[in-house]
Amino acid sequence: MSARAADDRSTEVVLPHHTSGTRAFGWWGMLGLIATEATLFGALISSYFYLRFTSGSVVWPPGDIPKPSLTLPLIMTAILWSSSIPVHLADSGIKKGKQGRLKVGLLLGFILGATFLAIQIAVEYPETLHEFSPSTNVYGSLFYGLTGLHGAHVAVGLLFSLWTQVRAWRGHFDERRHVTVQNFAMYWHFVDAVWAGVLFTIYLSPHF
Amino acid sequence: MATAAYPTRRGFFTRPRSTTGKWSWFFTVDHKKIGIMYCVTAFIFFIVGGLEALAIRSQLAQPNGEILNAEVYNQFFTMHGLTMIFLVVMPMGVGLMNYLVPLLIGARDVAFPRLNAFSYWVFLFGGIFLYSSFFLGGAPDGGWFGYAPLNETLPGHGMTFYALGLQILGVASLAGAVNFIITIINMRAPGMTLLRMPVFVWMTLVTAFLLLFAMPIIAVALFELMFDRAFQATFFDPTQGGDPLLWQHLFWLFGHPEVYIMILPAMGIVSDVLPTFSGKPIFGYNAIVFAGAAIGFMGWGVWAHHMFTTGLGPVANSAFALSTMFIAVPTGVKIFNWIGTMWGGSLRFTTPMLFSIGFIAMFIIGGLSGVTHSIAPHDAQQQDTYYVVAHFHYVLFGGAIFGLFSGFYYWWPKAFGKLLSEKLGKVHFWLMFLGFNLTFGPFHVLGLNGMPRRIYTYVEGMGWDFMNLLSTIGAFVIALSALVFIANVVITRRRGEEAGADPWDARTLEWSTTSPPPEYNFEEIPIVRHRDDFWHRKYIETPEGEPARVLAGGAVATHEHEAGHGIHMPSPSYFPIVAATGLPLLGYGVIYFNSTGKALLVLGALVTMMGLFGWVLEPGAEERV
Repeated sequence: MSARAADDRSTEVVLPHHTSGTRAFGWWGMLGLIATEATLFGALISSYFYLRFTSGSVVWPPGDIPKPSLTLPLIMTAILWSSSIPVHLADSGIKKGKQGRLKVGLLLGFILGATFLAIQIAVEYPETLHEFSPSTNVYGSLFYGLTGLHGAHVAVGLLFSLWTQVRAWRGHFDERRHVTVQNFAMYWHFVDAVWAGVLFTIYLSPHF
Repeated sequence: MATAAYPTRRGFFTRPRSTTGKWSWFFTVDHKKIGIMYCVTAFIFFIVGGLEALAIRSQLAQPNGEILNAEVYNQFFTMHGLTMIFLVVMPMGVGLMNYLVPLLIGARDVAFPRLNAFSYWVFLFGGIFLYSSFFLGGAPDGGWFGYAPLNETLPGHGMTFYALGLQILGVASLAGAVNFIITIINMRAPGMTLLRMPVFVWMTLVTAFLLLFAMPIIAVALFELMFDRAFQATFFDPTQGGDPLLWQHLFWLFGHPEVYIMILPAMGIVSDVLPTFSGKPIFGYNAIVFAGAAIGFMGWGVWAHHMFTTGLGPVANSAFALSTMFIAVPTGVKIFNWIGTMWGGSLRFTTPMLFSIGFIAMFIIGGLSGVTHSIAPHDAQQQDTYYVVAHFHYVLFGGAIFGLFSGFYYWWPKAFGKLLSEKLGKVHFWLMFLGFNLTFGPFHVLGLNGMPRRIYTYVEGMGWDFMNLLSTIGAFVIALSALVFIANVVITRRRGEEAGADPWDARTLEWSTTSPPPEYNFEEIPIVRHRDDFWHRKYIETPEGEPARVLAGGAVATHEHEAGHGIHMPSPSYFPIVAATGLPLLGYGVIYFNSTGKALLVLGALVTMMGLFGWVLEPGAEERV
């Protein structure tokens, strides 16, 4: 019982409008979204292995496509996964009411995520497009389909981060009201976690 | 106001406030209005899909029919299937869920009212998007399950509309699924434990979970199809290492749960209607609930029975044959529950009751022909014949549609305060029942006689002429029954009998509030002490075990206390409809991927993005004063 709630009682009994943590509808909603998104990636990754093992091709990738290099993807992985740290600090910060940690954490997470996406679009794709395109063969379709889908999720995460930041700067969050921050952090960690599946499927599995 | 102590959220826009008048429907977040909009829209699509069916039946009434050419016929049967599945049965179920779930669990609204409005608008725009293909060079024409590689080799934009239209409709379904799961888990009235929930709420929960995990699977299939068609990817192209069978696996891994997504809401409706008109609680509540949940789990393990003839091999075929036979068990449990509910009851044969009994009878036939399909060699014989068409119409029309109409007649007085005419209702039922059997009964025989589905005409002397004519006559009888229903609605609006809060002497919470319910549903949050709580408020048991009416028991709310204690309600919002507008624009952008298309893509993305930003940044409801 905070002092604020006690004040309320003197004038009018008001039921709380807002909750955070696992009591918030938003938390449940994000859980639902993550469940369905995880299924989405699961189905696409299943497509990858189904097609790899029914394609009848002894070599994978088929055709003249070289095995994916590992240097750039591992750098991208480091950048993407490290972005979860400031996002986590922002989330845990606002739970203690630390506005500065919230704003800096969200900004750092945004910059790291944007860097990842920029590398994918401006460095990785131009390189791979020299070698193969989505229409070259089924490997190309799968490569761009899965990495593109993940990239789109990073882009949505950045959008999500943007409005969370706008609201952070407008002072909408405090130690009691921060469902949006909490949801953004959950989504962002999910997008980072699902990258493990993409990394394994696209970049590591052809080497086995 | 106490909330003034919180940091205020002044948005960039003020929220719309009006909750009456025709414009309020565009921005409403009230689950009851959204439920009505869902049902009305779905009914319009029912008429459209029905007209397509009439055209198909007219073409097939006689050998060498010349009413439709092959091209138009293909578009009509494809659109008939897509319409009835994605634009009629699913949204009618969702409409009833919208209207009823908060009322059945004693809540004010759903968990995410704006998301709910967004679902509706996305569904409507998705449907319009799909139908716009008729004016843009031809509708989808590859069948509702659009098998690869045909789905990517068909010329024109039809199948691209299919890939994107279903994708848009999937967004609506997913948003709805998340909404219902969270509403049911979190917003039940005090005392409404999970095993006190009405069966319809349980079936909604199972359906929502099925949607949550089935929609992403077809999303992947459609995503791959879209890339194949629009951007020359090769997912299903065997010459480039792709595999057409991947489409079938993904499609049916979605498609079989989809069958349960369509039938479970109807099963829930029937499970609430039968006890009311039998004067008994549902027989074996736990069994019927767990059977529903079991169907929800087992529905994931039977998909390959749609693929017995694709050469999966005897081991896979046997496994899927067994799992398919096995799923008939929980379904059978439910049927015995319904029969047990009626057994020894004091039955009242009202229109909703007739539709529910019709549901059980027709569903048994459809279910049994389904079991015959589980036998792989038998299925190999029936694959792609009219026998299959008979089976799924008995399940989805005789089952789902009859169940939904039962629900419409049952809850109509709750939603509109007036009872639909019983006399016309019974005419409607018997016409539909006869017309239905006349149309789809002969399909069994036609199928066994070898008539393949999806042929636009046939020659004389195949022994199919008489049965086809019979079926066409039946289709027009069904159309007549739909007209009777429309007449009933119009007449009821003009001079229907006032319903009062509880016209059926019913059992569940929605009947304890006024008809139609106020915006806030319940003045006092109901405290639930029993399953069928409202019934227990009205009746006690005499020492002989007979129900006796409690004097002044189960009093229902009246309109006198309209104020509703200043109950906090979510405000209307502009942004769900704005955000939904962007999605079809994105769809057209992909279809016409030239400079205009790219402009449309940018525009669609901007509209959706702006809609979402407006949504997130609009002021909270409590600051509107």
